[in-house]
Formats: sequence, structure tokens, C-alpha cells
Amino acid sequence: MKPYLRNKIPSSPEEIPENTAYEAGYLVTKNAGWRNVKPVISIGKCVGCLNCYLYCPDGVIYQDNGKAAIDYDFCKGCGICRKICKTGAIEMEAEK
Amino acid sequence: MAINAKTLDKTEYFYGHKACAGCGGSLAVRIALKVLGERSIAVLPAGCMSAVGFNFPQLCFGNNAIISTFAGTASMLTGVEAGLRAQGIKDFHAVGFAGDGGTADIGIQALSGAIDRNDNIIYICYDNEAYMNTGIQKSSLTPFGAKTTTTPAGKNIRGNLRPKKNMFEIVAAHGIPYAATASIGYINDFMRKVQKASEIEGTKFIHVLAPCPTGWGVPTDATVDIAKEVVDCGLWYLAEYEDGEFKLNHRPSVFTDAGEYLRKQSRFRHLKDEDIETIINARDKKWDFINKNFK
Repeated sequence: MKPYLRNKIPSSPEEIPENTAYEAGYLVTKNAGWRNVKPVISIGKCVGCLNCYLYCPDGVIYQDNGKAAIDYDFCKGCGICRKICKTGAIEMEAEK
Repeated sequence: MAINAKTLDKTEYFYGHKACAGCGGSLAVRIALKVLGERSIAVLPAGCMSAVGFNFPQLCFGNNAIISTFAGTASMLTGVEAGLRAQGIKDFHAVGFAGDGGTADIGIQALSGAIDRNDNIIYICYDNEAYMNTGIQKSSLTPFGAKTTTTPAGKNIRGNLRPKKNMFEIVAAHGIPYAATASIGYINDFMRKVQKASEIEGTKFIHVLAPCPTGWGVPTDATVDIAKEVVDCGLWYLAEYEDGEFKLNHRPSVFTDAGEYLRKQSRFRHLKDEDIETIINARDKKWDFINKNFK
């Protein structure tokens, strides 16, 4: 199962587990606020080789209709995908 | 079937974690879990990956994962494997992800014990060459000359005085069923090794070099390039140990400039020409050994 964002942040004593086990893949915050630059894919140039997907440390690149697409909620803007892309389809743009 | 980007499990099992941008260790963990699949139980000792993966209530593993004691990664893996086996559960992988300090310094006795018992576990050491989680202290896998907060570069002493511990051969000397070195710069090679390890009965050990942009002093987008370059310049090697024999997987026809590799990183920027020569001489000596003893 892929970890996903939940609506509820456990906060009251009843919601916080007494032992150390909890549900797997429980996300409550995004990482989008970390980045200064964001990768933007030119769909025309993308050949769907999936190298960016393979080398993304955060796993935020996925396949969409044979092309690469990015989950901007969790992208930290490291820029590895831009460097790894053989066709130059990824550019880094400043976050506004 | 050869494993590659197209055949790899599309589900992410390590997602939303709080690792620094461009983290090499998180890439190693993410890819290894994608190869091993949902039925793996990940054991993580203190270290970057447990610090970034378990920030309650932000829990970033989609599979079962647990934090072990710092020294006890391998012993907890033993327990996980034995416990599940006792319950009659089959078709799972007990996999540990420990850093270089958690493997070569603090966890080495537990690892040695697990190999001795030949427990059916996979132990992956993601090596970022220092205790990065606590602010870059030297471990025994920190290479010669690297500047850390405990091996500072000054007038008299220029960074770490000791060479990197030869963890791969130490593990192999146990007569382990399978051990390998890898680098996240050669991710297909790493994936193949994780898959191979998953099919072998007994203890498996993979030592994967995973650069840390924060600790190494390289830009966040350089992680993968630097992990490639360290192999290309001969300061790291891709090899396997199986059936009592060492096998080299990748032989660079000519080494790229090791000095250039070192000068790119701020942890090595203080090195003088003579230090770089020392490093290159040690590299050549190591490769003489590899050429003599590896297939």
C-alpha cells in the first residue's frame, strides 16, 4: 500500500496509541513547502523512459499515459530528475 | 525476468518521508522495498531512515516497519523471521536498512551473529559515509581525508586519518551465502542484487553506497552523478560474493579523475595534492587486490 494523506491528525489522548504500534502509511503533512524550485515536464519531449521515476529519492514521479508526471505535494525540488533526463524534458522553475 | 523501471512494482512503499532533498539513502530504501514488495518487514535502527520515516503521526512506510535498537538490527531481523516462521507465515522478506554507523560500528556484532546462524534475512547497509542523522560524525566507513565534525580539517590534521573499513570482505569472510556491493548511481545493478538476494536462502548482505548531499557538500541534484562517479573513478566497486567466490560486476576500462571526484565535495576540499595522491595510491593497491582475487 502506498502511504497516503489522512484527514485526521491524531491529537487527543484517546486517539494516540498507548503502545508503539500504529497504522502503516499514515501521512498528515505534505513536503511541498520545502522546495524553492520545482521540476516541470515538457510532455512533448518526454519519451517515457522512466529514468526520472527510477532515480527520484521521494518516489513522486509516476507514469501517466506513458509519460512521466509529478506529485507536487511531496516533491522537494532536489533536481535529480532534471539531471537524469536524457531528452532534456524536465526544467526547474522557481516557486512563486 | 530482468528487473527494470518497466517491470518494477509501481506502488511506492516509502513515501512522504522527511529526508533532505536529494537523499541517497531514501532512494536505496525506496527501490529495495519496491523490489521486495509489500510482504516485507523492514527493520530500521536509529539512523537517518528511521528518523525521516517515523515522525508520529507521519508514518512513511506502506509495509510493516519497525525501529530496532541501534545495535540490534540483525538480531531483530532474526526475531521477526523466526516469529513469522513459527506462526506458519510464508512468502515474506525480513529486511533491515541500517546506515554505515549502524552496520560497521554499532551493529556489527549482531550482524556477525545473524550470519553465523545463517538466518534467512536480508541486511542492507546504506552507506553515506558518516553519522549524518546526528550531524556528520565519523563512522568506520568514512573514507580517508573526509572532514566530519569529529575529524575536522585543520592545520595539522586534514580530516579522517583512517581508511574506510572493508565491510564487504569482513561479511564475506563469514562464508555468507550472498553479499554484494552496489551504488545508487547504478540503480539497475542494485535492483538486480536485491532481487537476487530475495531468492537466496540464508543471510544476505548488500552494501549500497548512498551519497548524502548535506554531509558530502554537493548540490542536491548531484547525488546520483556522484554515486556514479565514485564507481567510475575506482574509489568504490560493484561486486558480489557467492559460493565462496568474489565476482566483479563492473570494471571501468579507465578510471576517471579521482581528484576531480574529491574536489567536487566540500568534505574533501581541504585536501592537499599529497593527500589525493595517498588516496589514489590506496585505490590502485585495492584494485591490484581485486584483479588478483575477484573473478
